[in-house]
Amino acid sequence: MRRGLLVGVLVFVPRLHAAQSATTPATPAAATAQSVIVPPLPGVNLEFDARVKRIASRLRCPVCQGESIQDSPAELSTQMKTLVREQLANGKTETEVLDYFVAKYGQWILLEPRAEGINLLVYWLPVLFLVLGAGGLWLVVRKWTRVRPMPVASPTLQGMEATPVAVVVSE
Amino acid sequence: MNWKRALLSTALIGAPLVALLTYGMTRDPHSIPSPLPGRDAPVFTRAVFAPGADSVLRLPVGDSVRLAAHRGEIVVVNFWASWCLACRDEHLDLSQTASAFAQKGVHFYGLLYNDQEKNGLRWISDMGGQAYPALSDPGARTAIDYGLYGVPETFVVDQRGLVARKFIGPVNALQLSALLDSLLVANQDSTRVGPANIPPDAGVTRPVVPAAAGAAKP
Repeated sequence: MRRGLLVGVLVFVPRLHAAQSATTPATPAAATAQSVIVPPLPGVNLEFDARVKRIASRLRCPVCQGESIQDSPAELSTQMKTLVREQLANGKTETEVLDYFVAKYGQWILLEPRAEGINLLVYWLPVLFLVLGAGGLWLVVRKWTRVRPMPVASPTLQGMEATPVAVVVSE
Repeated sequence: MNWKRALLSTALIGAPLVALLTYGMTRDPHSIPSPLPGRDAPVFTRAVFAPGADSVLRLPVGDSVRLAAHRGEIVVVNFWASWCLACRDEHLDLSQTASAFAQKGVHFYGLLYNDQEKNGLRWISDMGGQAYPALSDPGARTAIDYGLYGVPETFVVDQRGLVARKFIGPVNALQLSALLDSLLVANQDSTRVGPANIPPDAGVTRPVVPAAAGAAKP
């Protein structure tokens, strides 16, 4: 298991030196992997776990798509979470870990879009609508509560202004 | 007139909203746009667990394949699993295309995604063999590195080590051959014509590997 992890981490060593042949016997992988720090097991370092959880909650599960990898039980989510642990343990900052996933999956992988470019619409449109709505409401309310002068009586009712409405109806 | 104002405000607010929703209907929320095409293909070192039937592509089991060592050559990376039904549809096309392009220096690798090697081996024999080697991907590390979200997905890496194209879902021989042919021709052209055809970024970060270097490779 641990050997598998070490071999896996090799993927992130950028640009392995080009050799004569594309293939080599499988053994010497461990030599380069010595510098890789194995992350603490879950439950050992609670502060570390909290950092992992914070990042995992912000990443979308590629399989279920509506959940974070923190909440999703999918195999790929679990593997991505393991990857988050390893990258954190090996000194990457939270932003760097998020950037890694964005580089692979695009901004789609973030449950909360970053406040930049076209995404700003998502953040500012609600504010704009709120302001417009409040303005509209204020105008309407002002119109409703305005004290209006008595309407000029129609010609047919001339001379009856003083008569109470109730009396007119009863007649 | 009140109804005129009502109509106007409905049009002002409603029309953009309807336009937005109509645009939304044309998009598939499940398709994830990959940022990888045009960028450096993530390098990997992965062990062979199924050798491959083609005499040119064949590799011994246990060897490790390094993508970085294939610079100057086209590499097709296919992610698959024995539990994946769509992988059955593309298998024959992939295998035949791999054989057809083996002599032209195109390498095919199948990376097993979230599956056991013994299931993968059984699947390959059930499907009547596979021309190119299959590699294991423990922990789906390479899969995540390629932004995979399902199988099958196929990545074509060009001679400069860039992802030329990502195929989501089963590929067919026709589209794959067309792409490989165009990449091979483009590479020949750039070396024949000379420096004028080399992209502006070539000299800065990654010198274009001339076709001769690829051919000289044992």
